[in-house]
Amino acid sequence: MSSSEQPQPQPVQPVQVLYCQVCTYPPEYCEFGSSITRCKEWIHDAHPSLYDKYYSEEALQNKLGTLSLEAQAKLEKETAKKEAKAEAKADALLKKKMASQVTIKRIERNKRKHVTAIHGLEAFGIDLKKAAKFLAQKFATGASVTKNAQGLDEIVVQGDVADEVLELIENGAGVLKGVPIANVDVVEDKKKKGGD
Amino acid sequence: MFKKFQPSTDIAGQTPLKSSVQRSIRAGVLAQWKIEPETLEQIWPKKEPLVHVKCREHVSIYTVHNEPLFFQHFDGPLYPTLRLYHKYPYMLPKVGIDRGAIRFLLGGAHMMCPGLTSAGGYLPPPNAALPAGALVGIYAEGKEHAVGVGITKLGTEEMRKVNKDIGVEVASYLGDDLWALQTL
Ligand SMILES: [Zn+2]
Repeated sequence: MSSSEQPQPQPVQPVQVLYCQVCTYPPEYCEFGSSITRCKEWIHDAHPSLYDKYYSEEALQNKLGTLSLEAQAKLEKETAKKEAKAEAKADALLKKKMASQVTIKRIERNKRKHVTAIHGLEAFGIDLKKAAKFLAQKFATGASVTKNAQGLDEIVVQGDVADEVLELIENGAGVLKGVPIANVDVVEDKKKKGGD
Repeated sequence: MFKKFQPSTDIAGQTPLKSSVQRSIRAGVLAQWKIEPETLEQIWPKKEPLVHVKCREHVSIYTVHNEPLFFQHFDGPLYPTLRLYHKYPYMLPKVGIDRGAIRFLLGGAHMMCPGLTSAGGYLPPPNAALPAGALVGIYAEGKEHAVGVGITKLGTEEMRKVNKDIGVEVASYLGDDLWALQTL
């Protein structure tokens, strides 16, 4: 027998597990997350046939399993508490975000050379390294993430691009999405001494 | 292992592995999981480099195309990530916890014997008993998909007999900080 006659072993195909688009768990575990209300809404709209599987009267009865009614009531109470806590946290985060400031600083290095320092983007969930890369590409210049004097990360772009960066943020270009323009300031940092 | 894990501070670096090291990891996976070589080839094709993501406290995550596939502590057993395990659930033997234990597991606790031996729990029958140190998929009462992956601290027959202390150590679970990392 030649080996070519033997059937090639076939790989086993993976199980396709559906994950909740809200909490990332398989939907059967949404009840243990901190966003059950939104999870339920999602599955109700996106997979109406599955909604009954997980949330019909019968499903709720069945899933009790060996857990006592009191324990189940306790679990539900905890879930509600967790959810309220997560919401309060998200609210606080959003408030903090909306109160954070982004500054674009035009820094004069010498008569003709400027750099532009951008500070505070991370508060809006922007990855500074990615943003620096994006700006470097946009302006065909150098851009890096460095710590400023206060020990905070900022993006430093070679050249005077303050107005252009402001415009990019206003248009929500590329990775610079989600920063309200009212929260952005452009400031000047002129050299005081020396020169003329 | 990943209850509190922050990529920005807990990852020391990423390096593609030498082919000799990759070969020994492939052999390790084939020996430790019940998986066919052709299925592993589908998950991690031989021509794709395995990247070693070195983390704090001697934890290693291995990725292909930035997707975490398995992890280990020191040179201990190679655990599949829970997402990978969901795709190929037959590759590890199963244990089950009762509904009451789910929230403790999701809080990062190891699994005590009573949660495995109770009516809602599950341990393999005596003729398929597992020794201590076996990789297992951890299932939950009334749920279809695994809630975690871990390792037995006692043999399963011993768990029934002793019925206290930790029976299964949880290595990674639904919603831990490794779960959150879909790409690295
Ligand atoms: Zn959910």
